[in-house]
Amino acid sequence: MSVINESVTTMIQAKRAKAPEEAVPTDERVRKISPWRVLLDRPELGSIAGTVLVFAFFGIFAGGSGMFALDGVINWAQVAGYLGIIAVGACLLMIAGEFDLSMGSMIGFAGVMVAIPPMYLGWPLWAAVLFAFAGSMALGALNGYLVVRTKLPSFIVTLAFMFILRGLTLVLSTGFANSTIVSGIGDKFSEDPVISALFQGTTLHWLFNALAGMNLIEKLPSGDPVVGGLPKVLIWWLAMAAVAGFVLARTRFGNWIYTVGGDANAAKNVGVPVRRVKISLFVLTAFCACLFGVLQVADVGSAAADRGLQKEFEAIIAVVIGGTLLTGGFGSVIGACFGALIFGVVQIGISYTNIDSDWYRVFLGGMLLLAVLFNHYIRSRAAATK
Amino acid sequence: MADDYILELDNVSKYFGTVIALQGVTLRLKRGEVHCLLGDNGAGKSTLIKTLAGVHTPSTGAYRVEGEEVRFSSPREALDRGIATVYQDLALVPLMSVARNFFAGREPRRKWLGVLPVIDMAYANETAREKLAEMGIHVRDASQPVGTMSGGERQCLAIARAIHFGAKVLILDEPTAALGVKQSCNVLKLIHNARARGISVIFITHNVHHAYPIADSFTLLNRGQSMGTFAKNDISKEEVLDMMAGGTEIQQLVDQLEGRAA
Repeated sequence: MSVINESVTTMIQAKRAKAPEEAVPTDERVRKISPWRVLLDRPELGSIAGTVLVFAFFGIFAGGSGMFALDGVINWAQVAGYLGIIAVGACLLMIAGEFDLSMGSMIGFAGVMVAIPPMYLGWPLWAAVLFAFAGSMALGALNGYLVVRTKLPSFIVTLAFMFILRGLTLVLSTGFANSTIVSGIGDKFSEDPVISALFQGTTLHWLFNALAGMNLIEKLPSGDPVVGGLPKVLIWWLAMAAVAGFVLARTRFGNWIYTVGGDANAAKNVGVPVRRVKISLFVLTAFCACLFGVLQVADVGSAAADRGLQKEFEAIIAVVIGGTLLTGGFGSVIGACFGALIFGVVQIGISYTNIDSDWYRVFLGGMLLLAVLFNHYIRSRAAATK
Repeated sequence: MADDYILELDNVSKYFGTVIALQGVTLRLKRGEVHCLLGDNGAGKSTLIKTLAGVHTPSTGAYRVEGEEVRFSSPREALDRGIATVYQDLALVPLMSVARNFFAGREPRRKWLGVLPVIDMAYANETAREKLAEMGIHVRDASQPVGTMSGGERQCLAIARAIHFGAKVLILDEPTAALGVKQSCNVLKLIHNARARGISVIFITHNVHHAYPIADSFTLLNRGQSMGTFAKNDISKEEVLDMMAGGTEIQQLVDQLEGRAA
């Protein structure tokens, strides 16, 4: 008897407990979405999964080779950092629905703009660096202006600049230096404390020394850490990514980038200054390319006519792997950074394995194809009406 | 009294090279009325609304807003005067969230950490959800992409957005063209709500069955010319149908088909 009583009480209690939940009016047309689906809608997902995959792959095939030792890490992180800087710019521009194929050539051109004036015209280095940034950004603005003015595909306009700038780089370096390499600029960097502090070498030496002192990182026989400091290119990469990511996600300009890329006509109709947004993003990609060029010249100590060759494609691949749609309107800076990281890991990592490094491009092409297919699937789901 | 009219096109013509898109069109929109612009394809409806919206400037003739002659050089200027146009493409980006679309171009901002201006997403989400609820559309989550909404909901979103940003005149370009019966009804209700709030509406359509119940007056366009403006009391649905280009053609077709069937 008491057993029955008890079970009846629990039943009643259960019903009571349930009642308030049912009282909440719900829209019968709204369905629950699993957290997994919500995650699938994030643009970064593919690149994060890809990064995990690539790390797992090299963990298995190159785990014992020193690739994941500190000097190995710095090695591939630096490659990722250089690419990451231009990928950040390319990412914002691609979300706004345009391409910049002149980025790679701009890297080379910025290099000679930095190297030639101090070596052959007697300019101080700081003036040459300023000149390179101003010149690159002006060229970026010209690119952007031609694209928005003519309404031609940016693919064609920037393709033209890809050749023009590459050719000019060669003309200038052979004209002044009588060689495709303008060398000797490294010393000028060392002489200029401000420019050197901004672009040359490594930083956070105290941290690495301290870590070495605590035996947390590997040391040379002399007691110095194997890696003296963090390459400045990584600081620049992180800074650029943080600023760009913040602007894209949180600010009004970021919303304009999405709107312009999603539907330029709609953007115009709601009062977004489409032309200004696009031109300023072309200026940004030119700035990123110039930054790449200056950092590289400071690092290598010379400028050369073939610097940055095909970097525009690598940047676009990194951005696409990062989940940004080729058609614009959707993407993320974090994704592009992971895309660049995958690049660095694959490019450097493959030489740590037994795999012939000729396979590098095959691997990369495969990743690109996978990423595009994955993104296409995401887009068709997101754009589908219910 | 010119001031009775919130918008007035007086003998306006618009030429594109040798093409006469509009010829001597006069259109007057009273405050708080729903004015229906009817015409078949190619009648000049698009040119007319683009002129009103500030995309085109009239080649000849005057355009007056609240009795004052204006010459808009961009849609932005028309928007600043409270003339909002909802085009057929709705100016919505499917991959962006409801709130981001709602505030696109006019994002609410706050200072992040007291310095950096960022979008106030909490306010944007809340306001977008609230304004849509007023229009009878309940979105649980304003951060869902617009791509997940139906055609009718998108139309209502675009209209709600225009009203929220202080539209005094709403120009709706074929708002019911791509919609089903029920969704069309929702949009017509929405137009009724807008009128109840004192907003004047220009409603472009070629569907008389949608236009007749809601409209206060009609202007018919045919081949770039106005065939006149009529108050609802003065004209029946059948007369409107007859006057529209294609009305007689349809009648002929009906006769023909019935004749053959008999």
